[in-house]
Amino acid sequence: MLLVDAVIAGVLLGCFYAAVSVGLSIAFGLLDVPHIAHPAFLVLGAYGAYLLGEQGMDPLLAGTLLTPIFFVLGMAVYRFYYVAFEARGSDAGLRGLAFFFGLAFIVEVALILTFGVDQRMVEASYIGDSVSLGIVRLPTRMLVAFGVAVLLTIVLSLYLSFTFTGRAVKAVAQDETALALMGADPVRVKQWGFGIATATCALAGALMIIIGPVEPGLGRLYIGRTFCVAVLAGLGSMPGTLAAGIILGVAESVVLSSVGASWASAVAFGILLIVLAVRPAGLFGR
Amino acid sequence: MGAERNAGGWLNFIAGGAAILAIALVLTRTIGNEYFFFAGYVVLQFIVLATAWNILGGYAGYVNFGSGAFFAVGAYTAAALFKAFGAPLLAQLMAAMVVSGFLGFMVGALTLRLRGIFFSIGTVAVAVICETMVVNWSFVGGSRGLTVLHPSASAFFGSYTRLLFVVMTVLAVLAVTIARGIERSWIGRGLQAIRDSEEAAECSGVPTLKLKLTAATVSGALMGLAGAPLPFYINFIEPASAFSLNYAVLALAMPIIGGTASWVGPVIGAVLLGSVQQVVTVTVSSELNVLVVGLLLVAFVVAAPDGILGLARKLFGGTRRR
Repeated sequence: MLLVDAVIAGVLLGCFYAAVSVGLSIAFGLLDVPHIAHPAFLVLGAYGAYLLGEQGMDPLLAGTLLTPIFFVLGMAVYRFYYVAFEARGSDAGLRGLAFFFGLAFIVEVALILTFGVDQRMVEASYIGDSVSLGIVRLPTRMLVAFGVAVLLTIVLSLYLSFTFTGRAVKAVAQDETALALMGADPVRVKQWGFGIATATCALAGALMIIIGPVEPGLGRLYIGRTFCVAVLAGLGSMPGTLAAGIILGVAESVVLSSVGASWASAVAFGILLIVLAVRPAGLFGR
Repeated sequence: MGAERNAGGWLNFIAGGAAILAIALVLTRTIGNEYFFFAGYVVLQFIVLATAWNILGGYAGYVNFGSGAFFAVGAYTAAALFKAFGAPLLAQLMAAMVVSGFLGFMVGALTLRLRGIFFSIGTVAVAVICETMVVNWSFVGGSRGLTVLHPSASAFFGSYTRLLFVVMTVLAVLAVTIARGIERSWIGRGLQAIRDSEEAAECSGVPTLKLKLTAATVSGALMGLAGAPLPFYINFIEPASAFSLNYAVLALAMPIIGGTASWVGPVIGAVLLGSVQQVVTVTVSSELNVLVVGLLLVAFVVAAPDGILGLARKLFGGTRRR
């Protein structure tokens, strides 16, 4: 019975993990940008929702309203990254990594300087409530996060498969030169894609603060979770992201209820190391 | 001719190292202000850490984000040995070197399959897993930490901080000597070949795996050495601060800001950032201090990719050695 509870809670949690990782699946999986700062942007999104929530706004609405701002932010970050590293060509690897690592660090410290290290949370009618579904009781906030997460992943999946710009983003991942020969500018397509990846951080960050309290250092834990999901998914695959998120969520939830909370944070990193060692292409790899 | 000049360089270098040790010893006899040694220890510790990072990150191009783990594993090895057997400092240092070196070897084995960002994420994973294990290890106090009281100092040094200051000076000289030795030998040239193109290096007969394992092991062992005296230095050890991300960021920022191409770079970066850090932490706040480090790191990777060394070469028009 306990196991059933853990698995159901894990599936809900896993969909949330998929939502925080779709942006990384695009930025890292499709566009090949070493985006270590992705979790820091998530926390930034959570604090954005917190700020608007203080004014009495619903966190989900706040997250949605913030997406255009994050979209522009993402485009600016990619443009900067392109000019500073990709356009110069040589040795972008080491410096690009150090750049995003430094960026994540700056975001974290800036948040500490602005808000302090205390945990922050938001208020909404569905936080703190719970719903009974037959034999198990589920917190309503998890169901809300679950619903939004699934919706976000499906919408992005459809966008990448059926719209012109979405297919362009997928195309640039497959063959940049071929895309250029078709008359499209790969840099602008990647910039657009990176903007979308960052925009998801606003909404996923709002989900993050709905699920639990947020503090500036939280991004570090999510380095493991988001990269675990993105790599396990097979880089860039949206259905894979949802499946990988659920696998991680269930694994974490089962460890949490059987071994103890202090081991749960290592689960994502453990799975990540195993996947990297055994099947780097992931479950749904190209 | 070349060999003679090389030998002369080594002679000068060893004389310089000996002079630094002598100066450190003289300082412990002359300077009265205890804070000088307290701050000096931190700067020296970062010289070891930055130099160690550079052996794998700068020479071979494998970016390690988990330096904090090697550092903390060294510190915890020392603390556990002291609690279990009351082991002397020298034994603690040796054990920390071996354990962190082994961890480095394991991370080196990761490079078999992982390159670039995958390797870096792998090191983050190793760091978090190590931290989780320590948090769940009740012998060393778990997440509450462990109080480690250092033994009383010998009459010669007057205070234990002074003794640790001298020990860290020895470690810094040792680390820099090893880094210089690697850089000037076939190992360093092999590592550089790996950084430029691992496939090409492998095809030209460079034993890439052996070199990578060597670099990772040496780098890990030195980081462990840097952390080993920490429990005695603050008389307390606790996972959150020992595994702090700040160590990982500083260990990477210092060589990149100083210049990764030569052993001088990490030393310049560590002395500069370490001193700035002491001043800013004391006068303003420690958060602002890490923000400064982050901003400097980003500014340097964008505007001056070869670090201060590269800037100096440009300014003075010196010929590039490589």
